[in-house]
Amino acid sequence: MSEAKRPLPSAKEHDTQAFWAATRNKEFIYQQCKACHTVIFYPRRHCTGCTDGELEWKQSNGQGTVYSFSVVRQSYHPFFRNQVPYVVAWIDMDEGPRILSNIVGLAASDKEVSIGQRVTIEWEEHEALSIPLFVTID
Amino acid sequence: MSQERIAAIVGIHEYPLRDVGGLMSPLQIKAACAAKALEDAGLSWADVDGLYDAGDGGGAMSGLNIAEYFGLKPNVIDTTAVGGSSYEFHAAHAKRDIAAGKVRVALLTYGSTAHSNARAIGVGGQGGGNHHPADVMETFAGATLISNYAMVAQRHMFEYGTTSEQLAEISTATRYHAMRNPDAVQAMEDLEFLDIRETTIEDVVNSRMIADPLHLLECCMISDGGGAVVIASAEVAKNCRKAPVWILGSGEATKYPEIGGDLTTSAAIQSAPLAFSDAGVTPAEIDIAMIYDSFSITVLTLLEDLGFCKKGEGGAWVAGGKLRFDRPAEGPALNTDGGGLSSNHPGMRGIFLLIESARQLRDESNAQVENAKLAIAHGNGGMLGSRHTAGTIILGRD
Repeated sequence: MSEAKRPLPSAKEHDTQAFWAATRNKEFIYQQCKACHTVIFYPRRHCTGCTDGELEWKQSNGQGTVYSFSVVRQSYHPFFRNQVPYVVAWIDMDEGPRILSNIVGLAASDKEVSIGQRVTIEWEEHEALSIPLFVTID
Repeated sequence: MSQERIAAIVGIHEYPLRDVGGLMSPLQIKAACAAKALEDAGLSWADVDGLYDAGDGGGAMSGLNIAEYFGLKPNVIDTTAVGGSSYEFHAAHAKRDIAAGKVRVALLTYGSTAHSNARAIGVGGQGGGNHHPADVMETFAGATLISNYAMVAQRHMFEYGTTSEQLAEISTATRYHAMRNPDAVQAMEDLEFLDIRETTIEDVVNSRMIADPLHLLECCMISDGGGAVVIASAEVAKNCRKAPVWILGSGEATKYPEIGGDLTTSAAIQSAPLAFSDAGVTPAEIDIAMIYDSFSITVLTLLEDLGFCKKGEGGAWVAGGKLRFDRPAEGPALNTDGGGLSSNHPGMRGIFLLIESARQLRDESNAQVENAKLAIAHGNGGMLGSRHTAGTIILGRD
């Protein structure tokens, strides 16, 4: 029996496929409206700030700040139950997007994360895309 | 102060069992509850002309499927499905439809076999899927439902200094009420709770951590169950068996992740002022607070957003056991049936908030607040820590 794998995003969903395609090159991209400058995340085809804006893709510097987090100690998911305890977090990227991800590479996951902690992306490579996980930085 | 007497809850029923042993379907539970609630009102199937359904058991075509299953030919169908708050939305819509003269007798039902199906709602790891863009962006992180709420608690603690001991007040007050409700005690036995008794703050904070900072005794049960509510026009209500419980006000709202959004504030911040203004009352006048207790933090956040205290002050406000039913001078009684934490949570608890509110305003509760006049039923559907709906209903007696 093969070991359970992390659930991976569809690379074919219409709104998000460009985001995941960019992760192959380890780029975290997001959208901004050329007209009203609204930052859009998760990705969409339309601007939520104005009705005729055209969105352009921009690249994040890959760094952000922990907005909130939890240490998951119980999961029945076939992959994640073998990862406990692990850290899930809402991370505010420097450019605005707030993303849900994991903070990894911690010796003791319940003691080393705090709100306000600076983090940077550590890409987890898969065949068709990469997953933006995060590690702490000073 | 409007306090219009347009539509009233005239019939209620809560399915007594929380473990049906796989012997009942959600549809059967819905129908059994509907019949009992109609009987409670002194009405029959033939009187129902408005059907309200959240898709539990009936699927995407529930408006048709449930009508057929019940044997109804309703004039109005409303299949608003917004998670656990659906029934507060339904109550609001039923009043609206009754006010418009389109409906005389509205029927709301709920049935679930979440426990029998062994659905790991809280720790199942959000199977998610790959259809909605939000799922595509978030499923990889493995955030369990509990961790979704835990991140609200973590941020609340960070911003306002809220403590686990303060959050535990929600759990202890709710268990205090559950121990007075025979169905809740039976539920805890059937669901194999380890320690069925009134709990202390220490019990809660010493229970196992599930997703920091939330402990086991801050998380709701996963039960089977269901219920039904009959809402009627003032004219019909006059001739019903029980005293009417009037729908005085309602509010609806949504919330979802936004750039720079505040995780400690819920959609109730939008729905509550609408409901209070509609009803012409203030939070200070409320006797009964039936507030969706999926987790301790849900209630704390909602108490603030509903206006019982200021944002950030919920922790201090709930301290000292004031939420218990036998301390009416100190504030509203919380979840007097025992709540989702200790009585009944089959997945979408919103209907029980209406049912226990009605019991209190009819003097039928097991933890009866003397002379209770006003109740608030607030449902939270979806997930507090990301995307959710808010349905606020304010109820009053004659």
